[in-house]
Amino acid sequence: MNERTLRRLAGLASLAPMTMLSGCSWDVLDPAGSIGIQNLSTLAWATMFMLIVVVPVMIMIVAFAWRYRSTNLAADYAPEWSHSTKIEVVVWTIPALIVATLAVICWRTSHTLDPYRPIASNQKPVEVEVVSLDWKWLFIYPEYGVASVNEMAMPVGRPVHFKITSSSVMNSFFIPQLGSQVYSMAGMQTQLNLIADRAGSYKGISANFSGDGFADMRFQAKAMDAAGFQKWIDSAKASPARLDAAGYAALEKPSERDPVRLYGTVAPKLFDAVVMQDMHGNAQKAGEAGAQMTSMQMPSAAQQD
Amino acid sequence: MTSATITAHGGHHDHHEEHHDQFGTVQLGFWVYLMSDCVIFSGLFATYAVMSTAFAGGPTPHTIFDLPYVAVETALLLFSSITYGFAMIGAHKGNKGAAMGWLVITALFGLGFIGMEVHEFAKLIHEGAGPDRSGWLSSFFALVGTHGLHVTSGLVWMTVMLVQVARRGLTETNIRRLTCLSLFWHFLDVIWIGVFSLVYLMGVSA
Amino acid sequence: MDMAKMMPMMVGKLTMDSLPLHEPIVMGATAFMGLVGLGVVYAIHKTNFWVPLWRDWLTSVDHKKIGIMYIILSLVMLLRGFSDAIMMRTQQALAAGGAQGYLPPSHFDQVFTAHGVIMIFFMAMPFVIGLMNVVVPLQIGARDVAFPYLNSLSFWLTVSGAMLVNASLAIGEFARTGWLAYPPLSELAYSPGVGVDYYIWSLQISGIGTTLAGVNFIATILKMRAPGMDLMKMPVFTWTTLCTNMLIVAAFPILTVTLALLTLDRYLGFHFFTNDMGGNPMNYVNLIWMWGHPEVYILVIPVFGAFSEIVATFSGKPLFGYKSMVYATMGIAGASFLVWLHHFFTMGSGANVNAFFGITTMLISIPTGVKIFNWLFTMYKGRVRMTVPVMWTLGFMLTFVIGGMTGVMLALPGADFVLHNSLFLIAHFHNVIIGGVAFGCFAAMNYWFPKAFGFHLNEKLGKAAFWCWFVGFYIAFMPLYALGFMGATRRLQHYADLAWQPYFVVACAGAGLILLGIVFQITQLVVSIRDREQNRDLTGDPWNGRTLEWATSSPPPFYNFAKTPKVEELDAWLDMKKKGISPLPETFQPIHMPRNTWAGFVIGIITIPLGFALIWHIWWLAAVSFLGAIGCAIVHSFNEDRDYYVPAEEVAEIEGRAAIAKAA
Repeated sequence: MNERTLRRLAGLASLAPMTMLSGCSWDVLDPAGSIGIQNLSTLAWATMFMLIVVVPVMIMIVAFAWRYRSTNLAADYAPEWSHSTKIEVVVWTIPALIVATLAVICWRTSHTLDPYRPIASNQKPVEVEVVSLDWKWLFIYPEYGVASVNEMAMPVGRPVHFKITSSSVMNSFFIPQLGSQVYSMAGMQTQLNLIADRAGSYKGISANFSGDGFADMRFQAKAMDAAGFQKWIDSAKASPARLDAAGYAALEKPSERDPVRLYGTVAPKLFDAVVMQDMHGNAQKAGEAGAQMTSMQMPSAAQQD
Repeated sequence: MTSATITAHGGHHDHHEEHHDQFGTVQLGFWVYLMSDCVIFSGLFATYAVMSTAFAGGPTPHTIFDLPYVAVETALLLFSSITYGFAMIGAHKGNKGAAMGWLVITALFGLGFIGMEVHEFAKLIHEGAGPDRSGWLSSFFALVGTHGLHVTSGLVWMTVMLVQVARRGLTETNIRRLTCLSLFWHFLDVIWIGVFSLVYLMGVSA
Repeated sequence: MDMAKMMPMMVGKLTMDSLPLHEPIVMGATAFMGLVGLGVVYAIHKTNFWVPLWRDWLTSVDHKKIGIMYIILSLVMLLRGFSDAIMMRTQQALAAGGAQGYLPPSHFDQVFTAHGVIMIFFMAMPFVIGLMNVVVPLQIGARDVAFPYLNSLSFWLTVSGAMLVNASLAIGEFARTGWLAYPPLSELAYSPGVGVDYYIWSLQISGIGTTLAGVNFIATILKMRAPGMDLMKMPVFTWTTLCTNMLIVAAFPILTVTLALLTLDRYLGFHFFTNDMGGNPMNYVNLIWMWGHPEVYILVIPVFGAFSEIVATFSGKPLFGYKSMVYATMGIAGASFLVWLHHFFTMGSGANVNAFFGITTMLISIPTGVKIFNWLFTMYKGRVRMTVPVMWTLGFMLTFVIGGMTGVMLALPGADFVLHNSLFLIAHFHNVIIGGVAFGCFAAMNYWFPKAFGFHLNEKLGKAAFWCWFVGFYIAFMPLYALGFMGATRRLQHYADLAWQPYFVVACAGAGLILLGIVFQITQLVVSIRDREQNRDLTGDPWNGRTLEWATSSPPPFYNFAKTPKVEELDAWLDMKKKGISPLPETFQPIHMPRNTWAGFVIGIITIPLGFALIWHIWWLAAVSFLGAIGCAIVHSFNEDRDYYVPAEEVAEIEGRAAIAKAA
C-alpha cells in the first residue's frame, strides 16, 4: 500500500469509536508510527467488513426470536419448512464473500507488515539489538558501542531495525504505540522493524509471560529528534559501566524492577554470543562465540531475513 | 396404555436385534485406536525430523549407527509378523497347538528384537551417546524407545493370550483378541519399517 | 540403612515444606475442600449409601450414570476454576500503581495456570463428554456405548487427573507457566518445582481417558445405531459428537506426545525443548497447538449440536438446512487442523506462512456463519418457546457472533501483532468459550435434565441464572477488550497504569455478577430436587421432542428402550408420533446388557497414586501402582462373564410401572 492509501486508512481507523473515548491511554488505538498505524488500519478495515454481516445478524437474532415467540399467534407458523435453496445459497455466499475480501487484506497486510521487512525510508535504520533477560530488557547499539537496560532511545522519523533474542525464557518485545511485536527466544534471533513518527516516551513491555518477575518487565522507548538521540548516545558513552562477559554474566542473573542503566562500552559481538551460547549449553562464555558461528545448527523457523 | 396390555414373553428372543455385531465393533474400535497410536508416532517422527540435525556437536548417525546390526533386528521383527500370521491361520483352523506354538515363536522373535534394541541402547549410552547428549539423540531414543515399549506391551499381551488360549481354548473371545493383537503386531511392523528407513537408512546415507 | 537415606526413598521429594502451612489462603481452601470431603463421606455413611454407591455408580457401566458423573465432576470443577477466576479479578482490581494486591506472583501465577487448565480439561471437557454419554446412545436408539467398560475407565482416568490438580493445592504447588506450559519456562531449569509435574501427569492421565472416550464414541456411533438410521438420518447432536470424537482421536495423541517429550526433558535430561544441546522450544509450541486448536473445536462442536437440537425442538420445526449443518460441522472439524499457527504469528515464521494460516482461520468462519444462519432460519416461521434452554441459546448466538468477529480480527497477522497475548485476546476466547461452550453446557443441562433425572429444573431460577451470566459476562469481558487496546497484556500480577484500574474494577464486578449466576444455578438445583415430585416428567417427552431420547421414559430404564426403535426419517421420534408408532413392543423380550465391573473404577483410581508418585519421585509407589493397574487390566481380561440377559418379565414390570405413572 502506498503512503496516500495509508493515510486514508489511518484517517478511517481514527473513526473507530474507541479512539474517541480518551487520549493517551489507548496505546494501540493511538499509534505513534507508521507500523502502528498500519496495524490499526488493518484492524479497522477488517472490523468494518465484518460489521456488514454481524450487525444484521444480531438484529435478526433478536427480531426473529421476538417475532416468532410462541405467544405471538399472529406470526406465520410453518412447522415443516426446513429447506430453501435460495437461502442456503445466500448464507454460504455472504460469509464467503466477506472472508474472500478479508483474505485479500490478510495476504497483503501480512506482507506489508511482516516484522522482518525493512521500512522504506531515505534514512539508514538504527540498529538495535534486544536481549530479554529475567526480568529486564537489554538494548545494545552496535553502531555506537553502547548499551542500556530498561530504556531505549530512537530518533524520530528514522526506522529502527531490532534484532531480538532472549537469555533464558521466551518473552515478546512489544512497544504498543509503535506497533507490531515479536517473540524473543533463546538461541534464536528474531527481527522487527519499527519507526516513531512523533516524539514521545512510549511504554515497552513483554507480552509473553516469563515467570515471577514478568509484571515489572517494562521499559521506556524514547523517541526524540536527532539531536536528542545523539545526546542520549553521548550520555551512554559517558557511562563508566562496561558490558563485557563478566558484566553480562552479572546482568543475566534474575532480578526485578531494575533501574535504568547505561553502559559506555560493550564487548563486540556480544549479541551474537548471547544468541549462540544457548545453542551449545552455557559452557561457552559470551565473547568466545565467534568461533562457533560456523558449526552451529540454526533451528528453522526463526532463520530468515 | 395400561399395564393390562403389557404382557411378558420369555424364552425366544431375536438375536439379530439384540446383538450388535460385537466382533465388527471391536475390530472397528481397535482400528480407531491404532489410528490414534499412529498419530503418536507421527508426532514422534515429526519431532525426529525437526531435530534431525540438532547434534549439538555430538555424535551423528554416521558415527553411531551399525546398519548390519539393525538389519538383523529388523529381520527378527519382520519374521515375527510372518509367524504371527501362521498363528492366526492355526487359530482360524481351530488348531490350538499350532496357534500356541506359532505364538511362542512370534514372542521369541519379539523378545530377540527387544533384547537387541536394549543392547543397542545400552551400548550407545555407554559410549556417551545417550539421550541427554543432544536434541537429535533425544528424538532418536524417544522414537525408537516408544516403538520398543509398544513391542514390549505386545509381548505382555501375547503372554496373557497364551495363558487364555491354554485355559479356554480358541473361543470366540480369544479369536477376537488374537485378531486385535495381530493388527497391533503388524502395525508395529509397519512403524518399524518407517523407523528403519527414515532413521537408520536415511541417517547413514545422508 | 539409616533414616536420612531411607526417607527420600520412601517419600521422594515430599517434605513437610510441601504443605502450604505458611499460606493462609491456600490452607483455607484446603481446609474447605477437606471439610466438604468429610461432609460427603458423613452424608454417605449416614444414609447408608456405601453399597448403592459402589453397586450403582462407581462400578456402573451405564452410559447415563457415567454421563451424570462426568457432569457432576465438571460442575464441581467449575466451582474450583471459578474461584480462581474471582481471585484473579480481585487481584487485578487491587494491584494498580504501586499496589501489589493480595496474591504474590508465585501464587498468582499458579492461579491463572490452574484456572485455564481446570476450566478447559476438567470443566468443559467432562461436561461435553458427559453430555455425549447421557444423550448419544439414547439418540441413536442403542442400549449402551460400544465399550461400556472402557467408558467407565475413561471417566475414572478423568477423575484421577482432576484429583491430582486438586492435590496440588494441598501438597506442593501447581505449575506457574500458563495453561499450555511453554518451555523453556516449563523446563527443569526454570521451573524446578513439582508444579509442572502436576500439570504433566494430571493432563496425561485424563488425556488418555479422553482419547479412549473418543475411540468409544466413534465405534458407538458407527456401529450401534438403530436399524434404519443411516448417517444422514442421525440427529445433529450425534453428528457433532461423531465429528468431535474424530477430532479427539486425531488430536489428543499429539498432546500425549508433547507432554511425554516434556516429561523426558524434565525427568531424564532429554533435550527436546531445552535452550541448550540442540533443544527447540518452538517445536513444543507447534505441537501443543496442533492439539490445542482442535481442542477448542472439540469443546464447541458438541454444543453447536446441542443448540441445534434446542432450537429445532423449541421452534417446533425441523432444523433448517440439516445437510449444510452436517457439512459445516465436518468442514469446521477438518479445517481445525490447518490453523494452529495463528496462535503464534509473532514467532517470526514469515509473511507467507502467517498469511496462509490467517486465511485458513478465516475460512472456518464461513461454516460457522452458516450455522448461525441455520439456527436463525430454524426460528423463522416457528413458534419459539422462551424456555431456559432457548434463552441460553439466544444469549449464545448474540455473544458468539461478537466472539467470532474479534476472532477474525486476531486471525489477521497484521492486526494480531498488536493484540497478541493482550487482554483483547483473553476477552475474545472467553467470548467464545463462555458465550459458546459454557452457555451451551447450561442450555443442554436445562434441556436434557428432565430426561436424565425424570423431573424439570426450576424455570424461574434458571432464567435468573441466565441473566446474571449473560449480563455478567459483558460487564466482565468488555472492559478486557478495552484494556487490550490500552496495551494491557495477559497474566499481569500487577500493573503501573492507574488509568487501567477502573476497567479492572468493572471486570471484577462482572465476575461478581457471574458468581451470583452460579449461586442461582446451585439454588436452582437444590430447589428443583426439593420440589421434584411437583416437577416430575412422567411422559418421557416433556418438550415435545423430535429425537429418540424422548421416546423412552424419564429417567430411561437402564436398558434404554424396551424395543429397539426402527428409524424411517430424520427426527425419528416425531415421525413415530405422527405415524402413531408405539415405542413399546407387542411382547416383551429379554434384553442383552453389559454387566457392571470394578475394573474401570479400580484401574482409574490406581492412577492417582501412580501420578502422585511420579510427581514426587516416589519410585517404589510408582512401580507398585503401575504394575497394579496393569495387573488389574489382565485379571479383568480373564473375566468373560461380561453380559447377561434382562428377563422379559423384568422388562415388562419396569415398563408397566412407567405406563401406570404416565396414565396417572
